[in-house]
Amino acid sequence: MKIGLLYSRIRKDEKLLLSELRERDHEVAKIDVRKQRFGLTETTAEIADCDVVIDRCLATSRSLYATRFLSAYGVPVINSPETAAVCADKVKNSLALEAAGVPTPATEVAFTTEAAMEAIEDFGYPCVIKPVVGSWGRLMAKIDSENAAEAILEHKATLGHYEHKVFYVQEYVDKPGRDIRVLACDGEPVAAMTRSSEHWLTNAAKGGQTADFELDDEAKDLVATASDAVGGGLLGVDLMETKDGEYTVHEVNHTVEFKALNEASEVDVPAAVVDWLELKAEVAADEAVMTA
Amino acid sequence: MTESECVECGGTVTLHDDLEIGEIVDCETCGAELEVVDVSPPVLDRAPELEEDWGE
Ligand SMILES: [Zn+2]
Repeated sequence: MKIGLLYSRIRKDEKLLLSELRERDHEVAKIDVRKQRFGLTETTAEIADCDVVIDRCLATSRSLYATRFLSAYGVPVINSPETAAVCADKVKNSLALEAAGVPTPATEVAFTTEAAMEAIEDFGYPCVIKPVVGSWGRLMAKIDSENAAEAILEHKATLGHYEHKVFYVQEYVDKPGRDIRVLACDGEPVAAMTRSSEHWLTNAAKGGQTADFELDDEAKDLVATASDAVGGGLLGVDLMETKDGEYTVHEVNHTVEFKALNEASEVDVPAAVVDWLELKAEVAADEAVMTA
Repeated sequence: MTESECVECGGTVTLHDDLEIGEIVDCETCGAELEVVDVSPPVLDRAPELEEDWGE
């Protein structure tokens, strides 16, 4: 098979994927997205004969547009531009989860500091404010008091980008010091881990402790439903346990990192991902034959 | 193992054999993030800045 890997940086995650693909004797097209041009009907990217292209661009904007182009050229791409569009935006993400009946933290969006302040006061303290785009917990804030709320809203209001003028306010989930990250292929969990930290942000990128985690049936169901809700694909589903022993799904990520998961888990994550990629490529090839 | 020079501090950066174009390595001397732009022989450049909309 010929598999394209669209990237802007080769991190450990991409290296793991590349070596797994090469071990299986697939032809690999490494496509540096920074060097490509995308026209309405053609591109400089090496996509000819690719059975599938996996998008590993870090930048959300690149991911959104490059996958849109590839899809328009008729090249199967993972994740799909539809999935990327939902996952790249916290508002779309939250709405999709809610619509699918997946428990997700109470969330409100407001467009002025005054309206945001009212939302915060209604949630009570602590609550959480997040940017609608971006990740690794950057620019996220836990708000403990009215003073903090005023300072943060003021900061955001004066930041340049229009997306900072969208105030995404969320209830604070009093989790038991850890959250759960699940890597799933079309809703089927590959591996899961917990991330624990003294700090409320437990992202692996922020230096939390990770450990292997066994999903129960309820969590597996939620992962499958959450994955469907955003359009499926290779996804990272972020769950938290609530005080009542239930789960709540915070978000679904579409450019998922799995290095930490591979280390924390017994599962050979890149091998499982490539198994699934092969399957997707076969299905896409069959569909192409049928429509030809 | 092979070596190259850090464009930031001029220090020596030790590199693995399975080096990959586009890979990001850290300079152990100055901590700079460097991008592998060629592999034989290895050439390093400053890694692109992390942008606002980067990340999972
Ligand atoms: Zn250096």
